[in-house]
Amino acid sequence: MTDYNFAYLDEQTKRMIRRAILKGIAIPGYQVPFAAREMPMPYGWGTGGVQVSAACLTPDDTFKVIDQGADDTTNAVSIRKFFQRTAQVATTERTREATVIQTRHRIPEEPLTEDQILVYQVPIPEPLRFLEPRETETRKMHSLEEYGLMHVKLYEDIARHGHIATSYAYPVKVEGRYVMDPSPIPKFDNPKLEMAAIQLFGAGREQRIYAIPPFTKVVSLDFEDHPFDPSKADHPCDLCGSELSYLDEVIIDDAGGRMFVCSDTDFCAGRQAEGHRGRLSPQPDAETTP
Amino acid sequence: MQDGTLTGGFDDAPVQSAHAFRAALSALARPGRIEKIGGVAAPAPLSPAAATLLLTLCDAETPLFLAPGSDGPGIRDWIAFHVGAPLVDRAGAMFALGRWQTLGPLSAFDQGTPEYPDRSATLIVEVETLERRGARLTGPGIETDAHLALPDVRALQDNHAQFPLGLDFFFTAGQEIAGLPRSTKVEVG
Repeated sequence: MTDYNFAYLDEQTKRMIRRAILKGIAIPGYQVPFAAREMPMPYGWGTGGVQVSAACLTPDDTFKVIDQGADDTTNAVSIRKFFQRTAQVATTERTREATVIQTRHRIPEEPLTEDQILVYQVPIPEPLRFLEPRETETRKMHSLEEYGLMHVKLYEDIARHGHIATSYAYPVKVEGRYVMDPSPIPKFDNPKLEMAAIQLFGAGREQRIYAIPPFTKVVSLDFEDHPFDPSKADHPCDLCGSELSYLDEVIIDDAGGRMFVCSDTDFCAGRQAEGHRGRLSPQPDAETTP
Repeated sequence: MQDGTLTGGFDDAPVQSAHAFRAALSALARPGRIEKIGGVAAPAPLSPAAATLLLTLCDAETPLFLAPGSDGPGIRDWIAFHVGAPLVDRAGAMFALGRWQTLGPLSAFDQGTPEYPDRSATLIVEVETLERRGARLTGPGIETDAHLALPDVRALQDNHAQFPLGLDFFFTAGQEIAGLPRSTKVEVG
């Protein structure tokens, strides 16, 4: 298709987004305002991530999109097709083959390399927003490094539930300065935020871009007597048997039956291709039966 | 208007600027790394790297300061035609271009505000060569440490000390680019 500019956005918009990305890289964890455009998909469908990806992609890239770890869900499929059509990029479902990965709410299980860029779709970039609704105030709190309120929130979790009950969008402190919302990734993924790849975060509706350069120090907030715990379901994957991956719980009948499967579909498929099996894997003889 | 004013821009702006941006992103995200960047030819003495960066990041929305030595009618005409950036003094500039000796003083540039530290200037510094030796760099983007020959370690240390305020730098030579964001700690190597 040649009716659109390469990667959909016009060049001036891309320059604006690129300037915001570079300032975000220079101030890790700080939310840079940018003039998000209307995209041909509704807010909440990853318009921020799409605009960041559009500003980054070159024709040489191989693009992967995941939604909660899966390559084959509606959001992932539509965004992948969008850039196939407007940027003519190669696409893949294999994590290791991708150079740019756009993600909604997961970090791939396979460690990323320095040749990769991970683009997050972010719904609400301001970690303090539910504690203080005024943008003027949260901006002041960031400028003064006034993050006591966030610790009070975590403390109230402990007072009420006996442990920190925040299980996703778990706040982190970046390079000892800015408290940042890592987007609604499970807290299981928080330790992976220190990685070799460049991480870019785009919030379209809220018009913010932020970034974590490679090997930046990212610490999940906690207390000395309640250290951060990146927990997951205490179960192996029922399809590939992995004990280490983040799992989705799937109800499989109306009698309380359930299975746990890797949320990262590429990771799970790769393990199954290597011969790993789980509790509910199809039996070899069942596969040959017509 | 001189010869060369209308030539030297991107042949295929969307694709070439995308490659140039990725080089700039990689350079700034990994201080000490030297990336290839090019595709644009501006009147002398602008290097291809600096000219490519100008076309990739600057437009009518970004006031630009040209330091003495990197200024002149030929360059001004070229920037007016290809970039369209308004030319301003140091205090009003979002971007600045020139050699280290004539760019400063650094304090004359916008350093950002505590609530909007992103509203600070980005300096494109033309150097003779880029070398991975000299000043020791640590901080975000660097696994252990990196080295880069820098023009003035003391001034860049002062810049880092203001974090999260401060200026961000691209160093350009020929077809090569290196980045130094305000977040990088600089020590004498």
